[in-house]
Amino acid sequence: MFNLERWEEIFETISKNKLRTFLTGLSVLSGIFILVILLGVSQGMQNGISSQFQDDAANVIFVWTGVTSVEYKGMNPGRVIQLRNKDYDHITKLHKDELEYKSSVYRIWGGMVTYKKESGSYRVEGVYPDYQFLENQTLIKGRHINTLDIDNSTKSVVIGKKVNDDLFKDQDAIGKYVKVSGVNFKVVGVYSDPGGEREESRVFVPISTAQKVFSGANRVNFLSFSLPMEDNFEKATAASVDFSDKIEKQLKETHDVAPQDESAISVNNSLENAKRFYDLMGMIKMFFWFVGIATILAGVIGVSNIMLIIVKERTKEIGIRKALGAQPLSIVTMILHESIFVTAIAGFLGLFLGLVLLEFVGPMVETEFIANPSVNFQIAITTVIILIVAGAFAGFFPAWRAARIKPIIALRDE
Amino acid sequence: MIEIKDLHKSYKTGATSLHVLKGINFNVKEGELVSIMGSSGSGKSTLLNILGMLDEADTGSYMLDNVPIKNLNEKIAARYRNKFLGFIFQSFNLINYKTALDNVAMPLYYQGVSRGERLDRSMAYLEKVGLAPWAKHLPNELSGGQKQRVAIARALASDPKVLLADEPTGALDTKTSYEVMDLIQGINDEGKTILVVTHEDDIAHMTKRIVNLKDGVIIDDSYVEQVRAKDHV
Ligand SMILES: Nc1ncnc2c1ncn2[C@@H]1O[C@H](COP(=O)(O)OP(=O)(O)OP(=O)(O)O)[C@@H](O)[C@H]1O
Ligand SMILES: [Mg+2]
Repeated sequence: MFNLERWEEIFETISKNKLRTFLTGLSVLSGIFILVILLGVSQGMQNGISSQFQDDAANVIFVWTGVTSVEYKGMNPGRVIQLRNKDYDHITKLHKDELEYKSSVYRIWGGMVTYKKESGSYRVEGVYPDYQFLENQTLIKGRHINTLDIDNSTKSVVIGKKVNDDLFKDQDAIGKYVKVSGVNFKVVGVYSDPGGEREESRVFVPISTAQKVFSGANRVNFLSFSLPMEDNFEKATAASVDFSDKIEKQLKETHDVAPQDESAISVNNSLENAKRFYDLMGMIKMFFWFVGIATILAGVIGVSNIMLIIVKERTKEIGIRKALGAQPLSIVTMILHESIFVTAIAGFLGLFLGLVLLEFVGPMVETEFIANPSVNFQIAITTVIILIVAGAFAGFFPAWRAARIKPIIALRDE
Repeated sequence: MIEIKDLHKSYKTGATSLHVLKGINFNVKEGELVSIMGSSGSGKSTLLNILGMLDEADTGSYMLDNVPIKNLNEKIAARYRNKFLGFIFQSFNLINYKTALDNVAMPLYYQGVSRGERLDRSMAYLEKVGLAPWAKHLPNELSGGQKQRVAIARALASDPKVLLADEPTGALDTKTSYEVMDLIQGINDEGKTILVVTHEDDIAHMTKRIVNLKDGVIIDDSYVEQVRAKDHV
């Protein structure tokens, strides 16, 4: 490898056979270049999707209760389990650092909302301010429930876009008073929801107000939490499952529910939803890897083809060299050395060009689905090395065969 | 220098076997200039290739400078070729992307001579064949005669014991042929052993001994009065 004489010979051969060098180099260069771009786009798509996933607050954990189905500690099944403020307070205090958003929900059944002559039946819930984010709502007008509303039990209400359209038509709802199940509330905000009309025919009041005004006392219907995003699905699932298990266990203990009782206390984490995203990402990744490997394979086949042609083309030269005293091994190394050298240079050049393109064009690409395309440098280097090794293997067999041709036969080649 | 006894060679093509050399007995002493003649297909090239270790005989013995040439593997054959033999071909067989100088230097490269010395020595041989001004030219920028002279310089470069020339003037006109023969005679005068395969009587008579092949056997082997090529140029 460090034989200066051989390097000189290689450089001479390469520089005097530019077309051949160019063709070998081009197939390797374009292979690596395409691969780098593919990997970059794949990473970009993953980034794009996971940023959308973040928008959706997909790792929401939802707790609700029902009726016990299993006898426990001498108590018969059929007992109604009721969540209360203290459950919420207990959990939020205990897991203060882990939680991103949190809210308990008190639902008013058969809620009627009336404005002047217009009225309709909507889902009415008392919530905390965080609930906006847990439901992924966007405010169109005004504000959401805030902590002041909670502290002062104000009679404020946030209404969905559908409710707004039904009751107020074109009028501005903000500041107007509506009757919620017979009690006057002041409209402070209007929201929209990616869930559409169904999600937008809801109204929200401060939970403290709801419990006082609608005789909720300290009762709560659901608890809703979210955890901060993790970098990958494994981490996110682990965190989510871990958290769900912990609060399920705590709640079951405080409410004397059998650990195996599924119907009394249910903790559902929406990671199934998240899993779809991650699965999609995994599929994208796999698809790009597949295409990438196919590209590399095409590159390897290209290199072997060119090597075959080169050896064929050089048969006579090989014959001459052998007549002049070239050893078979020196023929093999001559061909391999050249092919490895050209493949390596071209491979790294392709890598470099690909990275440069990603570096400069990448940040300009800002669609919804592709964000910040980039490439894992180590993976890229590895593929270049794989291609060089593969190219060497591809070149070895024709070179070996050429080295074993009898000089007399090689010389006769025209 | 060369001793061969009862040499046989046949070519197998598919089911048929062609017996080309049918028992050749033949000695060449050091410093001889021998021509091998015969009709087309008589086995001249075959014989020369076996002498040049480019091909192998089926049976018989071959001694080159008292070294038995037998059952050589490709590695040893390559070394012997490099050390003992210089080839001159009808079609020159220069490497087309290398300059005249680099072509001449090839055998020295395979001898492991360093680049500087290689080029110095090659240049001296190019001077000897009168082509020093053409050292940096590629083969396709040279005439046939010039190419053959480069090939001769290359054959001489490794200072071999024997030069083997297969129709060295076959692709050249009469005048150029005589120039090449003059060169070959000059080299022989310095003591180099040379074998020349040829079709042409006049070329053959410029050697010192003519061996006639027919149907794979030597039918005539006689010394002749050497005609100096220089007198005809
Ligand atoms: N590789 C081979 N395979 C089969 N037959 C061969 C091979 N090489 C030579 N022959 C045959 O052997 C015979 C002798 O060939 P050779 O080349 O030695 O003849 P030659 O005397 O050099 O003829 P020429 O004057 O035409 O060059 C010919 O009939 C030729 O067809
Ligand atoms: Mg012949």
